[in-house]
Amino acid sequence: MAGFTLWSRPFYLLCPKSAGYQAVTATPTAASDATPTSGPLAIELRGIDKRFGAVHANKHIDLKVARQSIHGIVGENGAGKSTLMSILYGFYEADQGDIFVGGQKVSIHSSNDAIAHGIGMVHQHFMLVDNFTVIENVMLGAEGAAMLQAGREKVRKDLKHLSDEYGLTVDPDAIVSELSVGLQQRVEILKALYRGAEILILDEPTGVLTPEEADNLFKILRQLRDQGKTILLITHKLREIMAVTDEVSVMRRGAMVATLQTAKTSPSEIAEQMVGRRVLLEVEKGPPNPTETALEVKNLTVRDKFGVDRVKNVSFVVRRGEIVGIAGVSGNGQSELLEAVSGIVPPASGSVVINGQTLSHTGDPAEARHMGLGHVPEDRLRMGLVKNFEENENSVLGYHDQDDIGGAVVLDVDAVRNHAKAQIEKYDIRPPNCRLKTANFSGGNQQKIVIAREMEQDPDVLLVGQPTRGVDIGAIEFIHKQLIAMRDAGKAVLLVSVELDEIFGLSDRILVMCGGEIVGERLPDQTDENEIGLMMAGIDGAAGAEAAE
Amino acid sequence: MFGNFILLLDSTVRLSMPLLFAALAGLYSERSGVFDIGLEGKMLAAAFAAAAVGVLTGSVWLGLLAGIGISVFLALVHGFACITARGNQIVAGVAINFLAAGLTALIGHAYFQRGGRTPGLDDDARFIPINWPGAEALRDVPIIGPIYFELISGHNLLVYIGFLTVAVTWFVVFRTRFGLRLRAVGENPAAVDTAGISVTLMRYQAVIICGVLCGFAGAYLSTAQSASFVPNMSAGKGFIALAALIFAKWRPVPVLYACLLFGFLDALGIRLQGYAFPVIGEVPVQIIQALPYILTVVLLAGFIGRADPPKAGGVPYVKER
Repeated sequence: MAGFTLWSRPFYLLCPKSAGYQAVTATPTAASDATPTSGPLAIELRGIDKRFGAVHANKHIDLKVARQSIHGIVGENGAGKSTLMSILYGFYEADQGDIFVGGQKVSIHSSNDAIAHGIGMVHQHFMLVDNFTVIENVMLGAEGAAMLQAGREKVRKDLKHLSDEYGLTVDPDAIVSELSVGLQQRVEILKALYRGAEILILDEPTGVLTPEEADNLFKILRQLRDQGKTILLITHKLREIMAVTDEVSVMRRGAMVATLQTAKTSPSEIAEQMVGRRVLLEVEKGPPNPTETALEVKNLTVRDKFGVDRVKNVSFVVRRGEIVGIAGVSGNGQSELLEAVSGIVPPASGSVVINGQTLSHTGDPAEARHMGLGHVPEDRLRMGLVKNFEENENSVLGYHDQDDIGGAVVLDVDAVRNHAKAQIEKYDIRPPNCRLKTANFSGGNQQKIVIAREMEQDPDVLLVGQPTRGVDIGAIEFIHKQLIAMRDAGKAVLLVSVELDEIFGLSDRILVMCGGEIVGERLPDQTDENEIGLMMAGIDGAAGAEAAE
Repeated sequence: MFGNFILLLDSTVRLSMPLLFAALAGLYSERSGVFDIGLEGKMLAAAFAAAAVGVLTGSVWLGLLAGIGISVFLALVHGFACITARGNQIVAGVAINFLAAGLTALIGHAYFQRGGRTPGLDDDARFIPINWPGAEALRDVPIIGPIYFELISGHNLLVYIGFLTVAVTWFVVFRTRFGLRLRAVGENPAAVDTAGISVTLMRYQAVIICGVLCGFAGAYLSTAQSASFVPNMSAGKGFIALAALIFAKWRPVPVLYACLLFGFLDALGIRLQGYAFPVIGEVPVQIIQALPYILTVVLLAGFIGRADPPKAGGVPYVKER
């Protein structure tokens, strides 16, 4: 369980800009100031039950949300969090059960009803019209009159007021598509507040935000709470729960399994409630047995299209039989490093040597593959899979010209499917149906499809980027075991992850990246999370100072 | 020379009117996210209905009403296919074009026995030119006279309605609640839905307005510009209107300019028939007639820059959850 304690450690929350650090560490005190006030509950759900055909999405849910508090709702994908919130916001009607708002029983049949009862929602995918101004977006659906002029002036005045009161500043005449994602989210919050929302539901609000923007959001949420609003935060990230909530309710397979005071619980307790069993993130592994060098990166520099060096003169080796982990705050050059090593993006200078052969970097990643490199990309939906393909088609993507499935011209469809079936069985991909569209698999199973495809090519060098991002805790264990098995089979594994517990759990050596450079190397048993965290934040040494700019 | 030029502009106005009505019709539909390639078909059906009812009743107003009625009916068919049944908008539009082309000729021939044409319309069943006060008196005054007499006065009522519709459309689209919602529903229907507005209702309203304006376009063809219905008399004007709409980037005032430009090219083509150019001499009539179309291609290919259609255009809205 050691891995989970990391969430509460301040180092993990560090990022190159110190503002974020302040915001997040301030939480424990903030949480205790705002012990939920007595009086009627902001929201009470009694016995909410909802079925979709055979799927029992919400099983007799009871939930009490205190007024003027931040209440977290956590659960794995498919636990029923979104369904429950959709019922509260009027997208669905519950089959059974009652909703009370401010102590009064209400019936909510549509989003309009929810808005009328003071419930506002900030959707995971913003509901904004890109080419409208902020004012037009805020007034859409609440224009006031058939002519726009009067409504426009009212919105402008109210936005000014809201910006003064909550620090939600945004240029009312800006076109939404020209705003950053963080500001667009602010417009969504303003939309809800303009309609008089007293209760704000946020659905996975940080998924699209940078760590800094996320910390800024938390600051705003605390301020809203302190001024009397009630906030419901749906998330699957324990870090956010610990950072910002007063109370947390845990859902598992459609049922509400626990409601805990955040200050009196721990991430490990919440994780256990989410999964229903104790979760072992520490994979059991023996000592490494490194042999000859399989991957060598020499003085690699990668420049982006704006002429900025994203990877600066990086050199390292990965030997057969070891896992080398690269730790770093997201956006410090790890993605660009992976793209250069896998042959997708040519570097500005330096070289990559795989099994003694130097990559020519003609921009064709097949070259690296032929030299014995496998690559599990960081973003499976962008680079790893075609989500509208059937599973079996994805299981050969990139290797589709191999002779055993028909070669370069005509695909042997039966061979492809048999191939896929074997992978499904070996990697426990569910549902076990190779004709199913890939989009219909869960995140964890999609990731297994990619991992199965790359590992089954038996590469000598395996690059793995964020192998467990958006993957349920149960599937994480499986993926970790597979990576250890690769290592024990004498392969060289390069792991890039922003999850420090993953780095510590798997790596035999840890390289720390900050500002595009490797700022240090440590052995996992000779360091601790604190030291690595400081190195990631660039606080240790000269390279760090540069990164903190 | 000046007189000729004024006459050229005069026919420009006349020839651009059906384009203008049809392009504004398309503007409402497409701004709401329903692409409408069936402008042509609706226009043709309306032209037939207006002429046929005009012949039978002798009333221009009943003719116009019939044109609008049939056009709105076809718009609702299109709406049902695209909005309610979530079908492909292009295919549905093409189907309406075929339907209109076939049925007008068939019914026209079966009923009137003139190879699909309707009998000629009396003046009572047509929109006839309106002479403004003082037009005759001013006629011979230099400069102002021809402009007032030919260009401003002397058009039929629908021409003035057409210009008025541009202003009204601009106001509706950019200054009213309906317009805000119309623009939003074509860009991001999910945002409209979560704001508590019915996407389906918005799109049906837009499609109906489209039908009404196509009705005007069709009635103009058979009861204002001509005095009878001739099979396939819309002759691709619905498609030129669509081109004008794209050319104008879905904005009302530029739509007016685009339609006037296409109308001008058309008028020029007619004027230049049989005209002997210096050096090259007389140009074959086919080339002159092809001129507007060639220029359309050239303009659309190179001169207008990026034309971003409404983002949700062409995509049926399905509630995600």
